[in-house]
Amino acid sequence: MNIIVCLKQVPDTETQIKIGSDRQSIVTDDIKWVMNPYDEYGVEEALRLKEKHGGEVTVVGLGPKRVTESIRTALAMGADKGILISDGALDGSDSLAHAKAIAAAIKDLQYDLIFTGQRGVDDDLGIVGATLAEALNIPQLSLIVKVEVAEDGKSVKVQRPIEGETLVITSTLPALITAQKGLNEPRYASLPGIMKAKKKPLAEKSLADLGLNSADFGAGARKMKILELTPPPAREAGKIVPGETPQEKAAQLAKLLHDEAKVL
Amino acid sequence: MYFNEEHHALRDMVKKFVDKEINPNVDEWEEKTVPLHELFKKMGNLGLLGITYDQKYGGQGLDYWFDLVFLEELGHINAGGVPMAIAVHTHMATPAIHEYGSEYLKETYLKPAIAGDMVSAIGVTEPAAGSDVAGLKTKAIRDGNSYVINGSKLFITNGCQADFVTLLARTDDRPGFHSFGLFIVPTDLPGFVVSRKLDKLGMRCSDTAELFFDDLRVPAENLIGEAGEGFIIQMKQFQYERFCTLPGTYISARDTINMTINYISQRMAFGKPLIKNQVLRHRLVDWITEIECLKHLTYHIVRMKMEGFDATREISMGKLLAGELSFKVANGCLQMFGGMGYMNESLISRNFRDSRLLSIGGGADEVMKEVIARLEGF
Ligand SMILES: Cc1cc2nc3c(=O)[nH]c(=O)nc-3n(C[C@H](O)[C@H](O)[C@H](O)COP(=O)(O)OP(=O)(O)OC[C@H]3O[C@@H](n4cnc5c(N)ncnc54)[C@H](O)[C@@H]3O)c2cc1C
Repeated sequence: MNIIVCLKQVPDTETQIKIGSDRQSIVTDDIKWVMNPYDEYGVEEALRLKEKHGGEVTVVGLGPKRVTESIRTALAMGADKGILISDGALDGSDSLAHAKAIAAAIKDLQYDLIFTGQRGVDDDLGIVGATLAEALNIPQLSLIVKVEVAEDGKSVKVQRPIEGETLVITSTLPALITAQKGLNEPRYASLPGIMKAKKKPLAEKSLADLGLNSADFGAGARKMKILELTPPPAREAGKIVPGETPQEKAAQLAKLLHDEAKVL
Repeated sequence: MYFNEEHHALRDMVKKFVDKEINPNVDEWEEKTVPLHELFKKMGNLGLLGITYDQKYGGQGLDYWFDLVFLEELGHINAGGVPMAIAVHTHMATPAIHEYGSEYLKETYLKPAIAGDMVSAIGVTEPAAGSDVAGLKTKAIRDGNSYVINGSKLFITNGCQADFVTLLARTDDRPGFHSFGLFIVPTDLPGFVVSRKLDKLGMRCSDTAELFFDDLRVPAENLIGEAGEGFIIQMKQFQYERFCTLPGTYISARDTINMTINYISQRMAFGKPLIKNQVLRHRLVDWITEIECLKHLTYHIVRMKMEGFDATREISMGKLLAGELSFKVANGCLQMFGGMGYMNESLISRNFRDSRLLSIGGGADEVMKEVIARLEGF
């Protein structure tokens, strides 16, 4: 069973995000980059399926050279090989263009399953999985928390939580799964794994290598335009409800909720 | 400048491990003691317990920069007792087995220690002998194919949970330094007694034991290295022990400072944030400067170790500086937190308690000064 995992590099969720002077992008100087956490679930699930059914796990990343580090992390976790799609012409591209480039990189590979994260925690768009499935003309199973591949390796049964219920879906393979939190607990890259990762194959592809035209990529070709980034409003200071006794405090709180917050 | 891609990857992994598997638990462990078997097994699975040890025994066979990265990241643990427990296992109780132990000892004890299946402790200090190691009284007397051990050890870290203790004992009464043996003592042998779990000022999540040996019979093959040479071997093992305290010290001191900068940037007094007071800012800068010095002495030691030089002098200086600096920073930062720093709910109060140990344990400051003076030739 051959599995492809798509991987995005995103700012560490602990990073303090600052908006750039163009008000359309973020300042990237002090950012620590990590593998998108939802993609990590994808890597872990792919490794577990490989351990059970055999086969190979290929990790596909897109972006500048630094994305190599995240691909190496996946290789250190146990993936077999990596592909980095890297091209200056990709700068400023939107998610639709990213999906197109990824589709071109994997269309000729042998695969039974593709994992993407259900969304990137940076832009929070959740577009690549769906667009990629569309481009490859395979079924998309989104927001999945459980994956079972049939013994014969021909179909997959998955679960998606919806409003407290669980939707069980079966699909033929190949298919694309977008990984949701709860799918698994990703393993750490072990130290022996880290040392082995360096020796695993990692190919770098430009748009030309993939037979793509640079004119279809970059800021000029965006279908989605960012108008402005604004920080969330600063949180106002809390209020401590005065009162000597719990009864007094509760009465005061009820009054405030009614008169000031107007929620009662 | 110093680190390659693999070093960074190790750093990321250990950081993640500390953030997810250790720091969320330390408050509970401070109350109940860190569960070492559970923690070490997880670390063993990740290859963290034998970074520089031979691959033949499950080690990683990597250089001292990897070791340094590992020790630095442990410095971010929010309770000193955890890195101490780990370092006892990786840098205090096992280096002698790796360097001087027989094939049998490596197979039987080093391998499971590296895998995280066994927990180790180092037993040197006694009720009547600490700084003066050669004054220790515990006896190991040869009897046929065994040694019979009688005596006691005090302040033994991991002593309540250990599967074996690397134990220094006197093998005869001749004066001098050639009448000692360093033994691996399995804790399940008859005659091995944990007499007390000790209650401490700081490092509260670490277990510290008083041990008692009552006609404890260990096979002669559990002797590390040559008969009579235990003291000399332990002096060499002390170099690993003292070195391993350095990286965590400058990292955790810096964390303490960052936490303090954060606090005093927000804390208002006399109409302005505390950090606007030059006297406080200068104090912080003095410490940051000393921290940088300790870090680079440590990096220099790593380079010496890589080149095979004897770094006893530099390690002793590092240990001395680290002991003084860690307490000075924690104490000074606590002052800047004011009353809030005195509250147990503030992490700085734990830092303050934990940081008091380094000037005493593993060779007190005065002992380090004696070593340095001797090496300086006076
Ligand atoms: C929390 C904790 C954990 C420990 N873990 C271990 C462990 O795992 N294994 C182990 O074997 N030991 C352990 N120790 C023991 C530690 O190494 C000793 O406490 C230390 O070596 C000092 O010995 P001592 O306590 O007997 O002090 P003493 O030797 O009684 O010395 C008391 C003080 O006298 C001063 N002093 C000593 N010698 C001189 C001198 N020559 N000149 C001037 N002043 C001097 C020093 O300030 C010293 O602190 C631990 C101790 C603590 C507190």
